[in-house]
Amino acid sequence: MKFLVVCRRELRSYFSSYIAYVLLAVFLLLTGGFFYSWLRYFILFGGFVLPSGLWQQVYLDMRYCAMIVLPLLTMRLFSEEKKLGTIELLWTYPVSDIEVLAGKFLAAWLFYLLMLLPTAVGPFIFYHFYPFALAPFLSGYLGMVLLGTAFIACGIFVSCLTENQVVSAMGTYAILIFFWYVTWNEAVAGIDVVHILLKLSLFDRFLNFARGVIDTQDIAFFVLFIFFFLFLSLQSLGARKWRGVSTGI
Amino acid sequence: MIRAEHLTKRFGTFTAISDVSFEVQAGEIVGFLGPNGAGKSTTMRILGGVFPPTSGSAQVAGFDVARQSLQARQVVGYFPERVALYLDMTVREYLDYVADMKGVAGKQKGHDIDRALDSCVIGHVAHRLIGTLSKGFRQRVGIAQALVGRPRVLILDEPTAGLDPEQVAEVRKLIRQLRGEGTVILSTHILSEVEATCDRVIIINRGQILAVDTPSNLNQRLRKKSRIQLEVRAPVEALQSCLQSLPGILAIEPGYATSDGVTSLTVSTDPDRDLRAEIATAIIDARWDLLELRAVTLSLEDIFLTLVHRPPTPIPSVQH
Repeated sequence: MKFLVVCRRELRSYFSSYIAYVLLAVFLLLTGGFFYSWLRYFILFGGFVLPSGLWQQVYLDMRYCAMIVLPLLTMRLFSEEKKLGTIELLWTYPVSDIEVLAGKFLAAWLFYLLMLLPTAVGPFIFYHFYPFALAPFLSGYLGMVLLGTAFIACGIFVSCLTENQVVSAMGTYAILIFFWYVTWNEAVAGIDVVHILLKLSLFDRFLNFARGVIDTQDIAFFVLFIFFFLFLSLQSLGARKWRGVSTGI
Repeated sequence: MIRAEHLTKRFGTFTAISDVSFEVQAGEIVGFLGPNGAGKSTTMRILGGVFPPTSGSAQVAGFDVARQSLQARQVVGYFPERVALYLDMTVREYLDYVADMKGVAGKQKGHDIDRALDSCVIGHVAHRLIGTLSKGFRQRVGIAQALVGRPRVLILDEPTAGLDPEQVAEVRKLIRQLRGEGTVILSTHILSEVEATCDRVIIINRGQILAVDTPSNLNQRLRKKSRIQLEVRAPVEALQSCLQSLPGILAIEPGYATSDGVTSLTVSTDPDRDLRAEIATAIIDARWDLLELRAVTLSLEDIFLTLVHRPPTPIPSVQH
């Protein structure tokens, strides 16, 4: 259960610095703004189908917010400890690499859920005036949780690779943006390749959830993506066994 | 308690240590002595479980550090060369976290933390943020975290590096107090540190062990002659001939005269005899002013030079 100890320390660390509050504020401001503007649009232009008329637009914008904010949340997880040198002591405690990774991952994940929770306040108020079908709405949140978890897994992996937090965040953006834009233009990749890329695209997989469609294939893809990057992270942490530990500054 | 057998660690093509073997008995305090870059930290890290050796094996309290890493780490307290702590925690919160990481629970936890705070004399800063503490205090917090969990083996990598003389004395005192509680292995590049604290010394250079012995034995073994440094207000030739007449003097290194008629020279004497009193009497009888007389102790450099049987490298002369 030592991953809980690691997790608790990470959460403390988030809240004892400004970064948590700043990221939380930016995320809520952006998602709140998008929800408000799409709601006005929906009401003004008389949409009738809530899932495609409102929720899809809201969730598609919310994923950008997550993409901007989450790499900044995960960048410090291993990079900071490497830079400061605190990671060396961590490896001398009777804790396995997997528990350290699990603890840090859980901390970032819980923080993300905490960010996601207040975004439901707007829809909650909306529901008060206009009771809507909950299933498509919740499907979007399931998608957001899976997508965000995938971002975190990717971010934690890049954080394992470098002791520089800026490089860590930029590297994560690079991977995520690659997974986003690979499907934009079939002229670049060729139509057959795009079909394969579509299956690999996080953002296209997310589209179904945003529309209120839950497909087990999509869930399986996200779970696979998450475990793939966590596996790579674990390998990267194990590399100290032959590469040694940087003595830092 | 600690057994290292043919430890070799390579990073790519660089060999940090090669074929390092030694043993440390339970309750011993052993010093790992060597210059910077000798492979001390690499050995310490292998014993501390940071990474396994490339080949060879090491056991701590019977647990193999590579194959039973978690069990081995459970009995080890480790102090890293570069003390890096979480600056955003108070000392007590930090030690509490360390206790949790080491699996110390219940009453034992509070007890261990209090004891570590006491031993390292940091009880009065327990509620301060580590980030606001001075280097000396952080160093002590680093030692305190190693003590939490009552490890049977303590590994201290350069515990006095970067401290002022007063703090160095305190840390050494602390290490001596640990005698009898567990096995301690500490690394240093300062010879006097080993003499002050250790039962045995392992000398390492360029990744290889040169000698293992008690500090006093080593000193004797290496001391083929003693040297005495003198500064006397006397003519060079007269002083040299006066000293030559004394029994037990092996050689007089050529002295030099400083500005106001003072001669400075070094005499080598029989290691079994202390000739300081005789020399002083001879000089005073000749009615010269004795300005300085001191035994030259063996420096770490001398030890290495003696051990590797290499003549001292001449200092290149400066061209004007």
